[in-house]
Amino acid sequence: MFGELVDKFDDIFKKLRGAGKLSEKNIRDALREVRRALLEADVNYKVVKNFIKSVEQDAVGEKVLKSIEPGQQIVKIVHDKLIELLGTKAEPLAPIDKSPTVYMLCGLQGSGKTTLSGKLALQAKRKNKKPLLVAADTYRPAAVKQLQVLGKQIDTDVFSLDGKKPPEICLQAKKYAEKNFFDLVILDTAGRLHIDDALMAELDEIKAKVGPDEILLVADSMTGQDAVNLAEQFHNRLALTGVVLSKLDGDARGGAAISIRAVTGCPIKLVSIGEKPSDLEAFHPDRMASRILGMGDVVTLVEKAQAVVDEKQAEELAERLRKNAFTFDDFYDQMQQLKKMGPLDSLLGMIPGVGKALKGVQIDERGLVRVEAIIQSMTPEERQNPLIIDGSRKRRIAAGSGNSVQHVNNLLKQFFAMRKMIKNVSKFKFKGMPKGSFPFQM
Amino acid sequence: MFSKIKKLRESLTKTRDSVFGKITRLFSGRKINDDLLDELEETLLRSDIGVAATERIIENLREHSVREKVSEGDDVIRLLQKDIADILGKNRHEFTFNGNGPQVWLITGVNGSGKTTTVGKLANHFKSEGRKVMIAACDTFRAAAVEQLVIWSERSGVDIIRAQTGADPAAIAFDAVTAAKSRGVDLLLIDTAGRLHTKANLMAELEKIRRVTEKVVPAENILAKLVIDGTTGQNAVSQVKVFMDAVGCDGLIITKLDGTAKGGVIVAIAEELSVPVEFIGLGEGLEDIQVFDPADYAEALFNA
Repeated sequence: MFGELVDKFDDIFKKLRGAGKLSEKNIRDALREVRRALLEADVNYKVVKNFIKSVEQDAVGEKVLKSIEPGQQIVKIVHDKLIELLGTKAEPLAPIDKSPTVYMLCGLQGSGKTTLSGKLALQAKRKNKKPLLVAADTYRPAAVKQLQVLGKQIDTDVFSLDGKKPPEICLQAKKYAEKNFFDLVILDTAGRLHIDDALMAELDEIKAKVGPDEILLVADSMTGQDAVNLAEQFHNRLALTGVVLSKLDGDARGGAAISIRAVTGCPIKLVSIGEKPSDLEAFHPDRMASRILGMGDVVTLVEKAQAVVDEKQAEELAERLRKNAFTFDDFYDQMQQLKKMGPLDSLLGMIPGVGKALKGVQIDERGLVRVEAIIQSMTPEERQNPLIIDGSRKRRIAAGSGNSVQHVNNLLKQFFAMRKMIKNVSKFKFKGMPKGSFPFQM
Repeated sequence: MFSKIKKLRESLTKTRDSVFGKITRLFSGRKINDDLLDELEETLLRSDIGVAATERIIENLREHSVREKVSEGDDVIRLLQKDIADILGKNRHEFTFNGNGPQVWLITGVNGSGKTTTVGKLANHFKSEGRKVMIAACDTFRAAAVEQLVIWSERSGVDIIRAQTGADPAAIAFDAVTAAKSRGVDLLLIDTAGRLHTKANLMAELEKIRRVTEKVVPAENILAKLVIDGTTGQNAVSQVKVFMDAVGCDGLIITKLDGTAKGGVIVAIAEELSVPVEFIGLGEGLEDIQVFDPADYAEALFNA
């Protein structure tokens, strides 16, 4: 996410950091680069213009010129301003506390409304709420069917009515939800162009009939300059309560986020980062701004880790580490937990500095599969005590896992290097990680 | 032909009114100077043409206007129009069917770009030109994508090869190409699942689809087309690059140009990569697709 913009700012501010003192010209040059980067990131032209103006006002002032590290000072100003633009704090969705609470989703064709419906329903279920999906797209071929299949996949009821208009369907759905004790109604409306007056009027009607608690615009994070138009139109018409950015797991720089936020003032509440029902995250403006500036997104990483790591397991592992008894079983557990945190490349992108170092490198998750296969081909005894693995055992493991002996050797070498490193860490003698200590570098 | 231009013009009227219409008003009766060029730069940037392409176009315009002693605003528009049409006109090729087995079009693109709708419209387009067309539903990932395509195949009255959701798309593609060959089909359109170009495993799946089809028909019969959402910004360039690396990219289809988005990124793509735009999508109806014509496009953009 935002990876390329991060790189851009890295380059720009490397120049600035190098300079001992900044002239007004230096600053203007740097801001010209910032402007270019933001434009290439699809931030709307007007928004960029205003942004640069406000940064310039602060930066060209005497404060910066006289400060000891002017480069850092400008980084801070740009960072703060970006946070300001993105919204200063994370804003949650309306609580599911009515019977029922109604979320209405709208957006252009193909922006990701139906996928989001499924994700929201699943999230509600995890909070022990009973969601109802409403198929309000009666236009696109098989749209209703798509929602029905999705509903089945996540075991959620889907409401649909043949031969009725969407506003009527939504109203009936709400009544049905009231009668049958659903907590949350999710209205999946048809994709429409913001200039299609008839279809926009239909959204008005749905809003008037149902009175949704949340009206969310689902916007593709790859959207270009037009993001401003569409957001403005939807907002003027419906008074949106929030925005959800979809497809942020691609390499789009995501400038649309900044544009939409700037023209509507609507908070971006969620970001969608994958096709799995669980790939939905809260939007954190501060983290996003940090990310844009190459400061990494350590907070999200830590939160992800906390969400999947079983505390008791972790304690047991720590205990074994203290006793220097790290085994292949532990190694395997660790790998499983890492996998639960999400795709490796997106995880690594959150670590400061790594995003840039890994530019263009495709993390091959098949490496992980290979390691898994090798470990699974070991006997329980071998996993507990890898030192007993001799040539004959290696050949058996290699054959059993469909790998060469060399692969097994590599893994063993990495494992022992890792064990040694862990030993050092636990004695607080950490001196940098040996190369090749991650299983996925295999 | 005229009605075609008219339709495109109508569709791009909103575009023109909001942005390029401004150019006309902006330029008429004015002399070219730095202010004017700045305003023009802004206008181009706001239509998603991109920083690099915009800078080049402006630079070109500056040189041209000096060399050809153009100073009137209206003449400047003509220069601009020609420049953009020239950029977009590079790498154009005719659709030919060599008769050596079916031609296979792999319709690819990121999620939500409009692949399935495009396949439906393309089938109708080529059928109405007298070609024998067949569709293969290889998006077995998205729920009901197959059902959606079946409805399109009924609308355009072409055969469809399909399997259950979750089936291996490469296996369906193989069956479809085999069937297309034995039934003497001219054009097989393969609808694939949407995938973000950054997902290596999904791109590998696409490569596999291409590989298996090559077992049935000669490689030169297989063309990969990339469908790009017309509202997409500069990320479209990255999409073309990655899809090109994975399965090739012989042509682009730009969808959703019936809105206010200008699709200007195609200029950046034409500048940087040698891929022509072949079709544009202008709505959800069966006939809302047109062969892309750079001159029409440029004319419709600039003519009030």
